[in-house]
Amino acid sequence: MNSVTSTQDTIQHGSDQGHDSHHGPAKGIKRWLYTTNHKDIGSLYLWFAFIMFLVGGAMAMVIRAELFQPGLQIVEPHFFNQMTTVHGLIMVFGAVMPAFTGLANWMIPMMIGAPDMALPRMNNLSFWILPFAFLILLASLFVEGGGPAFGWTFYAPLSTTYSGDSTALFVFSVHIMGISSIMGAINVIVTIWNMRAPGMTWFKLPLFVWTWLITAFLLIAVMPVLAGAVTMVLTDKYFGTSFFDAAGGGDPVMFQHIFWFFGHPEVYIMILPAFGIISTIVPAFSRKKLFGYTSMVYATVSIALLSFLVWAHHMFTTGMPVYAELFFMYCTMLISVPTGVKVFNWVATMWRGAISYEVPMLFSLAFIVLFTFGGFSGLMLAITPVDFQYHDTYFVVAHFHYVLVTGAIFSLIAAAYYWLPKWTGVMYDVGLAKLHFWCSLISVNVLFFPMHFVGLAGMPRRIPDYSIQFADWNQIISLGGFAFGLSQLIFLALVIKACRKQGEPVADKVWDGAEGLEWTVASPAPYHTFTTPPKIQD
Amino acid sequence: MVKRVVLSVCALIASSLPFICLGAEKSDLNLPVGVTDISQKVYDLHMTIFYICIAIGVVVFGVMLWAMIFHRKSRGVKAANFHESLKVEVAWTVIPFVILIGMAIPATKTLFEMEDASESDVTIVVTGSQWKWHYKYLDDDIEFYSLMSTPMEQIKNKWVKGDDYLLEVDKPLVIPTDRKVRFLMTSDDVIHSWWVPDFAVKKDANPGFINEAWTRVNEPGIYRGQCAELCGKDHAFMPVVVKALPPEEFDAWMIEQKRIKAEAAAEEARLLAMNMSFDDLMQEGESVYLAYCAACHQANGAGLPGVFPSLINSPITIGGVDGHIDIVVNGKKGTAMQAFVKQLSLKQIAAVVTYERNAWGMNSGDIVQPKDVYQFINQGE
Amino acid sequence: MSQRSVSATQQQANTRLVKRLLLATAIMFGFGFALVPLYDVFCDITGLNGRVYQKDTQQTQAAQNLVAPLTEAEQDNIDVTRSIKLEMMTISQAGGAILFEPIDKTLRIHPGQMAEARFRITNVSKDAKYVQAIPSISPGQAGLYLHKTACFCFEQQHIEANQQNEFVMQFYLDTDLPEDILQMTLAYTLY
Repeated sequence: MNSVTSTQDTIQHGSDQGHDSHHGPAKGIKRWLYTTNHKDIGSLYLWFAFIMFLVGGAMAMVIRAELFQPGLQIVEPHFFNQMTTVHGLIMVFGAVMPAFTGLANWMIPMMIGAPDMALPRMNNLSFWILPFAFLILLASLFVEGGGPAFGWTFYAPLSTTYSGDSTALFVFSVHIMGISSIMGAINVIVTIWNMRAPGMTWFKLPLFVWTWLITAFLLIAVMPVLAGAVTMVLTDKYFGTSFFDAAGGGDPVMFQHIFWFFGHPEVYIMILPAFGIISTIVPAFSRKKLFGYTSMVYATVSIALLSFLVWAHHMFTTGMPVYAELFFMYCTMLISVPTGVKVFNWVATMWRGAISYEVPMLFSLAFIVLFTFGGFSGLMLAITPVDFQYHDTYFVVAHFHYVLVTGAIFSLIAAAYYWLPKWTGVMYDVGLAKLHFWCSLISVNVLFFPMHFVGLAGMPRRIPDYSIQFADWNQIISLGGFAFGLSQLIFLALVIKACRKQGEPVADKVWDGAEGLEWTVASPAPYHTFTTPPKIQD
Repeated sequence: MVKRVVLSVCALIASSLPFICLGAEKSDLNLPVGVTDISQKVYDLHMTIFYICIAIGVVVFGVMLWAMIFHRKSRGVKAANFHESLKVEVAWTVIPFVILIGMAIPATKTLFEMEDASESDVTIVVTGSQWKWHYKYLDDDIEFYSLMSTPMEQIKNKWVKGDDYLLEVDKPLVIPTDRKVRFLMTSDDVIHSWWVPDFAVKKDANPGFINEAWTRVNEPGIYRGQCAELCGKDHAFMPVVVKALPPEEFDAWMIEQKRIKAEAAAEEARLLAMNMSFDDLMQEGESVYLAYCAACHQANGAGLPGVFPSLINSPITIGGVDGHIDIVVNGKKGTAMQAFVKQLSLKQIAAVVTYERNAWGMNSGDIVQPKDVYQFINQGE
Repeated sequence: MSQRSVSATQQQANTRLVKRLLLATAIMFGFGFALVPLYDVFCDITGLNGRVYQKDTQQTQAAQNLVAPLTEAEQDNIDVTRSIKLEMMTISQAGGAILFEPIDKTLRIHPGQMAEARFRITNVSKDAKYVQAIPSISPGQAGLYLHKTACFCFEQQHIEANQQNEFVMQFYLDTDLPEDILQMTLAYTLY
């Protein structure tokens, strides 16, 4: 987008670091507890997200182990329901969202030429409340009666009148997650709004910054609504209100409207930054500018706006007037237009480029193809009359795992492989990374592709046991699941190796086709960067 | 190296093609065509959209693959410099939009047909409750519960699983073919969802509200489905089984049901005048307990700590008999404990209360007779 | 600009923006709760959840006059070309001691015509009970054209021990009822 002249003193600063202890990090645990440095906090977020990804993944392994064969073998149905619920909550609020926030912390200041996030102390707080939220959630699994067992969507009245005693812990934990996300979002907006280097105009912003800005606005718009929804669940259960209880004049279906008013934009919160990442990586390894930068920005904005008009497509079977169904069907179909524009732009970026296949590019290409698969099944799900058949089956499970695992998670892994050398200063073990890619790519498809089949053939989601016609595919799905889970341990080993600086040192500009301010600073990125704003030329 | 990458991608796409084709043809990999005009239309719509998606995929991924193979750096190509084209951008905004309109038209038509439940011949109230379905023929005053009949031993892997494992019930819903049957869905507790794939009918049963759906089955047969909305612990264990009979057989069935109902009422009256033996009550009580109570309180009576209370030496089972009958008859508001007076006969209630007071080492010796339950319910008189 | 010292103007700008964003957060939190009444309004307009909300006294009074012999003008208002089938459905969630059944199971009425449906609630226990009936109508849009002038569901009902009470719901269907609605179901769930 723009060529950059790095100022002399940023480079100098990097080499200064050793004898300037005032500017360097503190030592020991205090460094991490009290840090207000965007890179430290970014690393904390990323590690936290990765640990949560493994914890949530372990729960997925329990689910797949139980579903390996028909019949009940390993866990009781009540515990199975807790696993599906907490797996969902952890993956959404503990893995994907914090990972994107971690990337935002690390990269946004470096991409816009700012010395740090705008609100460093709030940044520290927004991270450090997060572990407590998840400790509470995980602890709830061990109280008598178990943890939340009503699905991550916690539909009333299953989550109110008919839920266990740990519901208050669930509500409290979701509140903390929400507060953390909102603080993170405010920080991102203020940073992008006020801290851009001189000359970094709106339409020079890297696309990752753009998508995160829009995501942050979505977070501020819908996380408070989620907070409202869980508060209503809390008062319905413990304080005798009747928001969702028909006996007291409430309506359980209203819960779903409120939840999905949050829930659908939430889906885009988890995918818009992924679009930003892919729009950064594909041009870098095609050695060609991103095709249609402005249309990418407008497509992102229109996806974000449309996301407020489609929530009821999650609830076609709840019974709606036919005109409401048509409205939500048309709006949902409409979303595929800007999403399609994005995919077309990526392909056009590759067209007549000079493509090479480094690991970030491999994951990005897998993202484009497999996310589009998820988009196709999403389009099929939008068609109301057919949705009645797909709804709440494994077809839906396949759909959102294609979008979130091979979509959001693959983009996060691509981002890690793209920026990890900049963070650590060394090139990671490329052989291991390729092994990770191929294992993940194959196993993820063995895991999620057959879910389409069992879903179409009639297997409902969230069941611990199934009829024997689904047995063969479920076995294959489970094997794919175990393989995918194990493959991520390769990634863990690779990241640990890289963090221990085992590998070749890399140049400031790690990838020859990469663009952006982050490549003008030293590798590894110094503790403080852009204390003097860079000059940005057209 | 790069060649390997490209080859692998080709191989991956090629290897997924048979899956896709297989998926389209074999019915246990695809939506059922079903046995109603609507389910046929839904299936056609599904396949149309599926083929459109395949076509779009082939074009987009084809172009992508071409670029991946021929625009490789290792082939010595130099990157072109273009990065904008209003014409192209407009084209790939407008063309998908047109395709979408093409999809929306048949979808809209089918939706209007599905939502028109008027002028029905039979109306059936479908009530979900944790974890069974209740059916009531609104015009004929016939009603019954439909419970999963798969034995626990099969679920626990002690017996070999049958062909209809988890998809079999003690009493299926019976409907006539070639008549418009309307379903009114509601729920006793949480949200359930009544689903028969062969009819393309799935509708949520919301507590306190009614929803409606309809079907007109073309072929007699037995059609199986499941609850499709997470409704608690035994969500996997509340199947839907519908038996579609030709109209005249259905009418005969209905007459038979009315006769059975009258006989049951006479039997109930007869039981009120006599006493059942302890052994009969215990035997009946055990079977009722396993069918209706064990899902929550467990077969051994110990319940699930923190979720469902234990019955062994609990205040209810060792307290007064009236209190025990009361909770079985009326349930406990705000909990999963249902009012079983609607589900069980007087005899069954008497037997299960007797059983719960004498099983699992409690041996209280209390005997509850059907007439005791009758008196309890009508104690005002 | 030295390390970390953010200029005062920037500091001010940051504080201003943070305040605005916090305000937006607070507003959205409030909006979450505002969705509750908004939902009711929305249902009222679209018939989304099939519950009839209108119960205004003016209408009730006007309709009470309707029970009296109809004036000619009012008789003109009856659409005799159509007759709509109404099914009454009852669900008792009030425990085993409360029986709830419709006396008039099905009715056929013309739009505009005043009609009555009778229900019976029996309390077989030895305690007096309070019950509340919750209405639901299917198809949901039909609810928009059903005007109740009196209904036992408007308030809690007191039923003495071992007593049987009859309750009446008076209503009429709007003559604007869409042509494609030929049949509707009125369900009452008793809590």
